[in-house]
Amino acid sequence: MRFFEDIEVGQRRELGPFTFTADSIKRFAAQFDPQRFHLDEEEGRKSLFAGLAASGWHVGSVCMKLMVADGQRLAREAAARGEKVAVWGPSPGFRELRWIKPVLAGDTIRFSSEVESVRTSDSRPEWGIVQARNTGTNQRGELVFSFLATAFVPRRSAGA
Amino acid sequence: MTLTFEDFPPGHFGTFGPRRVTREEILAFAAEFDPQPMHLDEEAGSKSMLKGLSASGWHLCSIMMRMMFDFYIGRTASLGSPGVNELRWLAPLRPGDDLTLDIEVMEARVSRSRPTTGIVTFKALVRNAAGQLLCEMVSPIIVERRAGAAAEQVG
Repeated sequence: MRFFEDIEVGQRRELGPFTFTADSIKRFAAQFDPQRFHLDEEEGRKSLFAGLAASGWHVGSVCMKLMVADGQRLAREAAARGEKVAVWGPSPGFRELRWIKPVLAGDTIRFSSEVESVRTSDSRPEWGIVQARNTGTNQRGELVFSFLATAFVPRRSAGA
Repeated sequence: MTLTFEDFPPGHFGTFGPRRVTREEILAFAAEFDPQPMHLDEEAGSKSMLKGLSASGWHLCSIMMRMMFDFYIGRTASLGSPGVNELRWLAPLRPGDDLTLDIEVMEARVSRSRPTTGIVTFKALVRNAAGQLLCEMVSPIIVERRAGAAAEQVG
C-alpha cells in the first residue's frame, strides 16, 4: 500500500476483472438480498434488469475485494524493494454510489480506481484523507457501477 | 399485502430488529470480500484505528440490506435501487452486536419517466444494543404505484 505522500489526484489503478457467475449471484443474494430478481433467472428476465442480476451490494463487495487485493499487491512490491509498507485505515463512508446498469449472470466487470482529492486530517495529523472514484465496466465497455469512496491513508511523516 | 408507493409517506416508517451478528460471519465475509487484517484478526484489529476486531463496512451494508428485506422490501413492489446518495460508517460493528434498523421516508415522488412507479428515498440507521449509531444511509428505491394510480391522476 502507498503512503499519503505517494498519492496524487488523477492517479488511476486498474483493479482487475471479476466474472459474476449465476451461482455466485444467487449465493450472495440468498444470504443478504433475496429479492426475486437476484435469485431466479425467470424472475430476473421479467424484471427491469432483463436477466438474473447481481445484488448491488454484491457488486460493491466484489469491488472492495479487488481493492484489497490491489493493496496487498502494492504492499508486497514495496516490501520486496525493502520499503516501509503503509497500512491503510478504515473508511468513513462513500457518496454518489450508482448502480448504472445491471450486472447479469456471466458478465465480467473490470474495476478501477481514480484519485479525486487528497487532504490532510486536522483532527488526526498522522493520517491523510483520500477520495477516489471507483468504477466497474462490463465486457461491452459499458460503465455499470461507480462510487466516490473516502479512506484514511497513513502519512509517511507519522508522529513527526 | 404487498406494499406500494402509497404505503411510504414521508416520516418515520418503523424499527426492525434486533439482529445478532456473530464473529464467525464477520470472519467469513471478510475472508471472501475484505481480507484486511483489522477484519480478520483480534490483534491487528486492536492495533487499528477501530481498536478491536470489526466487520467490513460492506458486510454491515449487506446485513443492513438483509434487515431491510426482512422488514419491508421483501413485501414491497420494489423494482430495485439506482444507488446510494450517501453512506456513513460511524462506529465499528463488533462480534456479538445486536443490530436494530430504523427507517425513515425522506421523500416520495411519482416518476416522470415511468408514471406507474414512484421513487421513495429512505434514510436507514443501524444502531447497536447500546444505541450507538454504526451506519447511516440515504438511498432511493423504485416502487410500483397501486394499480390504476397513474390513470386516476391522468383522469
